[in-house]
This record gives sequence, C-alpha cells and structure tokens, in this order.
Amino acid sequence: VKKPSIRALGLALVPYVGMCFSVALWDRLDPHVLGLPFNLFWILCWLLAMPLILTAIYRIERRR
Amino acid sequence: MTPGTIALVLLLTIVAVGSVIGFLAGRRGELRLEEWTVAGRGLGVLLVWLLMAGENFTAFSVLGLSGWIYSKGGPTLYILVYLALGQVLLLFVGPLIWDFGRRHGLQTIGDFFTRRYGSEALGAVVALAGVTFLLVYLQLQVTSLGIIVEVCSFGQVGRVPAMVVATAVVAGFVLVSGVRAVVWVSVLKDFLLVAVAVVVGIGIPYHFFGGIGPMFAAVEQARPGHLTMPGSTTVNTHSWYITTVLMSSLGLAWPHMFGSIFTAKSADTIRKNAILTPLHLLPLVLIVFAGCAAILAVPHLANGDLSLLMAARLAFPPWVLGLIGGAGALTAMVPAGIQILTASTLLAKNVVPSVWRRTFSEVAVGRIARVGVVLVALGALYLSMHSSATLVSLLILAYSGVGQFAPGIILGMFFDRVSPRGVLIGILGGLAVTGTLVWTHHDPFHGINTGFIGLCANLALVGIFSWREPGPAAGPSAEAGDQFAR
Repeated sequence: VKKPSIRALGLALVPYVGMCFSVALWDRLDPHVLGLPFNLFWILCWLLAMPLILTAIYRIERRR
Repeated sequence: MTPGTIALVLLLTIVAVGSVIGFLAGRRGELRLEEWTVAGRGLGVLLVWLLMAGENFTAFSVLGLSGWIYSKGGPTLYILVYLALGQVLLLFVGPLIWDFGRRHGLQTIGDFFTRRYGSEALGAVVALAGVTFLLVYLQLQVTSLGIIVEVCSFGQVGRVPAMVVATAVVAGFVLVSGVRAVVWVSVLKDFLLVAVAVVVGIGIPYHFFGGIGPMFAAVEQARPGHLTMPGSTTVNTHSWYITTVLMSSLGLAWPHMFGSIFTAKSADTIRKNAILTPLHLLPLVLIVFAGCAAILAVPHLANGDLSLLMAARLAFPPWVLGLIGGAGALTAMVPAGIQILTASTLLAKNVVPSVWRRTFSEVAVGRIARVGVVLVALGALYLSMHSSATLVSLLILAYSGVGQFAPGIILGMFFDRVSPRGVLIGILGGLAVTGTLVWTHHDPFHGINTGFIGLCANLALVGIFSWREPGPAAGPSAEAGDQFAR
C-alpha cells in the first residue's frame, strides 16, 4: 500500500490542531460573533472549512 | 380534533410512509446475501452519504446533543467536532478498507479481521464484541424513539407500545429489503430532519427570546460558566475534551460503518462522501441552539434528554410537534435498521461458523442472518424495557470499546508486520483496561477519557507483539495495486 504523502498528512493535522488540541485558546464566550459565543462560532467556521481542507487533501493524493 | 390527535395523525402518517418505502426498496425477487448486506457494492456518492449520515445523525444524537447542552453545557462541543474529524480518517483509510473488501468479497468487520490476519478466531472475537456494542447502541435508539413518540403524541401513545411497533416494523423491512430499505428510508428521514432542525433551532430561540443572540445573552447571564468547559460538570475539562474527541473520531471502527463502506461502488465514492459529510453536521448546530434555549424555557427537568421536545411542545402548534415526532421516529428507525442488519450479519457470518466449527453455504448464512434479525430486535426491545443506569455506563464502554478495533484496522492497512496475536491481545487488553476503569467509576480517569487510556495500552501491546513476532508478509501490500487509480 502506498503510504499517504507528508503534505497530505500535514494538511490532515490542521483540523485536529484547530478544533481539538487548541481548545484552551478558543473555549471562551468573548468576543461574540453574530450573537454566538466565541467557542461555538469557532467550531462553526471549522465545520464550514472542513470540506475545503478535505478536498485539498484529496487533490494532493490523487495527483500521486 | 384535539391537539394530541392532530400531532398523532401526522406522526403516524410519516412513519407509515417511511415504512412503505422500506418494504418496497428491495422488491426485486429473492435477494442474494451480498445484495441484502452491502447492496451488491453498487451505491453512488449521494446514497452512501445519506446512509452514513443516517448512522451519524441518530435520534440518540439529537436528544443526547440537546440534552447535553441543557444539562452539561460547553463540553457538548465535542460531539460536533469528533464527527467532523472522523471524516479525515475516513478519507485516508476508508478507500483502503473498501478496496480490500472488494478484492476479498468482504461484508462485515468480522470478515475484515478474519481475512487481513488469517484468523477466524480474531474475526469471531471482533464480531461478538461488535454485536454487544451494537445492541447497546440499538437499545438507545429504541428508547429514544419511545420518548419521542410519547412526548409528541401528548402521551396518547405509550412508550412501550411505540417501541414494540417501531422495532417490529424496522425488523420487517430489514428482513424484506436489507440495506436498501435503510438507504431509501434515510432519504425521507433526512429531508424531514433538516426541516425539523431549522424549525426548532431557529423557532424555539425566537419564540422565547426573540432571537439567537438574545437567547445566548440570557443564558450566559443566568448560568455563568455553563457554555464553556467544563460547563456545569466538574470532570469534563479540556484534557477530557481532547482525549474524548480523539477517541470518538475513531468511529470508523463501528461495525455498521464497515458495512456502509462496502456498499459503495468505488473507492472514490468513499472519498467524496468523507468530503461532504461535515456539511451534514451543520443542522446539529441548530439542535445545539434549541437545547440552549430550553435551559431557560423549560428549567429544572430531571432528564435533560427531554429538553428539546418539552420546549418544542410549549413553542409550537400540534401539527409541528407531529412533524417533529415523525421525523424523530424515522431518525431512530434508520440507524436501528442498519444496526440490526449489521449485528445479525456478524452473528451469521463470523460468530456462528466459528462456534460450530463448520462452513455454511451462502444460502444457509442468509437464513441464519434472518433468524438473527428477529433475535437482535427482540434483544434490543428487552434491553429498552429493562434499561437501567448500568446501561449508560455500558454505552460509554461501547463507544470506547469500538475504538479498540482501530489499531487493527488502521495500522493493519498500512503496515504488513502488524501481528495477529498482538491485535487480539491489544483489543482484549484495551477493553479490560477501559472496562475496569468505567465499572470502578473512574471515568474520566484524572481528566483523561478512559477509552483513550485503554487505546494506549492496546497500541503498546500491538507494538510489542508486532516487533517480537511480526505478522505474515501476506499483508495488504502483497497484493494491492495503486489505490488512487480506481
């Protein structure tokens, strides 16, 4: 089996850092955005960004 | 008509339409086993997406999600996050599992372990543990369904009759149409559920607070600290969050996820599905809004899982409640269907042949699986009627338990030398560590998810054994071609 490329794995790490490991940095109420507590707004942005990140990984792997 | 009757008629109509779809889905003469279990490996992106969405987006996750934000607060965010991160793993590993499955004609997670490690015993152990975890999960769907129907029909339909009828219907359409029943009921369920999420997620905050922003402002003022971690708990801290997200994102290892992977018609179907699934999580954000509004709208509920429905009952006319009830019932029936199907297939293909020490013909396996459907459905009903606090801890164990299959799946797909004995001992060791900590009430253990601790033990065991006695060189790379060419 061809192992995934370093670039793809690095990109895969981005959402883990953004939504999981960095929790202490964004788990707070202020500043509120669009009336939402900051932690909920942060997660919402990441959910919207996920298809883009996954598409980028898909493209990198397909080219190989 | 009384409000209860209006709601009830609408609810029953939706469930009836869903059931008819389920029974008609497989009407093409006698189904071969592969057709019944994995739809002949012929589903495209949209249908696989709906099938997997049906598994992620369950009645328990809707009631549980609103229940958690109601009673625990901030820690609830983990549910939105682990489902999204699970897709990263699915993007890398899913296509490999699919390809391995197609080349060897696999239909279950038990088949996978048997074939990859050349050990029927390992396949049987994974299958048996998988059936146990599925039963617990299934019981929660059935219980959630009982709650939804009871509340939305204003108590006109009792919890127990609702559970019995719905389980019988689900078992019926699984018997007749197999996995295709689940897929097509999922189409109806998904449209209804997105509509319901919009209605409750925006409607409830507007009804009680005049908007989503004012609602959060009111909750933050009345319950300081509730909406950040650890919220209204003492144990669900940031370290708990990180380890629980990591552990739960291994949901790929749920036996019914394997079945869904095998239904895809190509490896690319799996990849596109993984890319699109995070969008399916957006309605869950709306469910969080609704649960949050319920904190002040219907305070002091003993059971937080009822919060969304109770708030909806105050905010909406009966016909909306009927719509919510119908969508909710289907949302329980879809995952229940796939879980019954998966558990009975595991029993017939992996457990029974190992216990009897003989091979059965495909026709015989099909018959055993259909008997299994009835037994699994009865088992889930029995557990639902006798549910107790022990079952809640069983569920925690079930979630942590399936994660223990992950090293054997993920490492096994990338490295030839993973040892069969290491995988077996790793799974048993991981389950033992997790089970001991959960049952001695040490969950989380010093702020760490217990399943995660079990997983560390598991990985260590797999590592030690694979280093000392590497597996046979007939691993995946001995035969695999270029994965991305397909």
